[in-house]
Amino acid sequence: MLSLLGVAVVVIGFVARINPLLVVMTAAIVGGVAGGLDFFAVIAAFGKAFNENRFVSVTWLVLPAIGALERAGLQERARDLIVRIRAASVFSILCTYLLVRQVVAALGLTSLGGQATMIRPLIAPMAVAAAEGKHGMLSGPLRDAIRAQSAAAENVAWFFGEDIFVAVGSILLIKGVLEQNGIIVQPVQLSLWAIPTAVAAFLIHATRLFFFGRRVKRATRS
Amino acid sequence: MIGLGAVYGITGVMFAIIAVMSAADRDNPKRWSNAGFWGLFAASFLFGDRLGDFGNGLLVLAMVAIAGTVGLGLARPATTAPEERQILARKFGNTIFMPALAIPVVTVIGSLTFKYSSLIDPMQVTLVALALAALVALALARILLHQPVKAALQEGRRLMDLLGWAALLPQMLAALGAVFALAGVGTAISHIAAEIIPTGSRIAVIASYTFGMALFTAIMGNAFAAFPVMTIGIGLPLIVTKFGGNPAIMSAIGMLSGFCGTLTTPMAANFNLVPAALLGLENRYAVIKAQIPTAIILLAVNTVLMYALVFQK
Repeated sequence: MLSLLGVAVVVIGFVARINPLLVVMTAAIVGGVAGGLDFFAVIAAFGKAFNENRFVSVTWLVLPAIGALERAGLQERARDLIVRIRAASVFSILCTYLLVRQVVAALGLTSLGGQATMIRPLIAPMAVAAAEGKHGMLSGPLRDAIRAQSAAAENVAWFFGEDIFVAVGSILLIKGVLEQNGIIVQPVQLSLWAIPTAVAAFLIHATRLFFFGRRVKRATRS
Repeated sequence: MIGLGAVYGITGVMFAIIAVMSAADRDNPKRWSNAGFWGLFAASFLFGDRLGDFGNGLLVLAMVAIAGTVGLGLARPATTAPEERQILARKFGNTIFMPALAIPVVTVIGSLTFKYSSLIDPMQVTLVALALAALVALALARILLHQPVKAALQEGRRLMDLLGWAALLPQMLAALGAVFALAGVGTAISHIAAEIIPTGSRIAVIASYTFGMALFTAIMGNAFAAFPVMTIGIGLPLIVTKFGGNPAIMSAIGMLSGFCGTLTTPMAANFNLVPAALLGLENRYAVIKAQIPTAIILLAVNTVLMYALVFQK
């Protein structure tokens, strides 16, 4: 039970906006020691897991290429394209991305998309440009809000699209856990029952994007 | 065979170059801090397997100490001005999208085809494909857009500095999850859940399962950690055994209820905090703020869906 002190450290640290690396390290030491491990064992366990999880940081390999493209005017080109399309709006761009990304993820092509490779260089500048093309220069907070919505569309689409594909990690995990408890299910059954939630996720988020688009319009009019 | 070793080697070399460039950057008052941070990250990728568990732990402690006390500076390497970029964008036209689109396209093609190649470790096809995609994009930027590799690396450094601590956080949280598992955090939470879960009615049990999945996921930052605990603790004994629910439907919707939790938590740093840093947002929780209403409504919908679907005749 005492190990829950580690969770408390995380919650307090994140709420107080202390440097997250300090928060995580402290939480590991507090939670580990309170849970009965000695200090050196905690550091070793942390180091071992850190080393085993290096693969999550491999995505940063794409940043030099993305940066080079930005240097050559990628964001500006994306903006130019959007300003020319009269129908383009924050809603139409983000809603289209949401739909396409979700369908593509459902087909198992989960790497088509991503915060570093699609949202920062292309989708967020397009959404901002669509608003600016219609309403003129935006305030800083409004531009930030549009960018944040672009990142959110990526997450919602990915999370609630990928489970429709049979060979994705979460489906295999479910199959494994149920199997250990003597229940055999086929991955395709699990994917099938992910569809109602996927449809609901799209409808809910698309509706919210619609109202967000209206809010952008109203904010720029005043 | 090309596998993790090669991918980590390339990543390590990239961070080593970024560290050296940081050290040489006299405009950054914290240049030694940046050089040390990225240099240690490079060392982790290049020599991590030879440092031993405790050695790796010390390496992390040193990185945390640098970022958490002295802090990292923000590099502003010489780059093109906005007006220049506008002119370049007109000049290159849509050619400029080719290297950008090459990244996802090469990653997808690679992850689908590399398993048939004996040259590549079949367990690591996606990571190898991603590394290859990054190199292809870099080469295309060099050939089609005349972007020198050195300039690309400086731009990479600019973006890494923009990320700063956020670049390390996903890996740190994965390690925290491992320590929490050792310390018994999961079992402690499932004990508490077992104490307070109402077992009487179907809807109460289902709501406990879906909301429990979301809450536990928000705490651990990962639905994969929550799923076994909640399913073995609540789902199987109560929804399936006691009330006769369908385990496939329960699990599918249960996992997606966990994903609702992922949308709300800074613990899922790579989805929620990293993009905010990458987009240079003022508020580090802005992406979470944009997602919370969707997460709450969808969690309620999931609960209703499970109630309506799980008890099949």
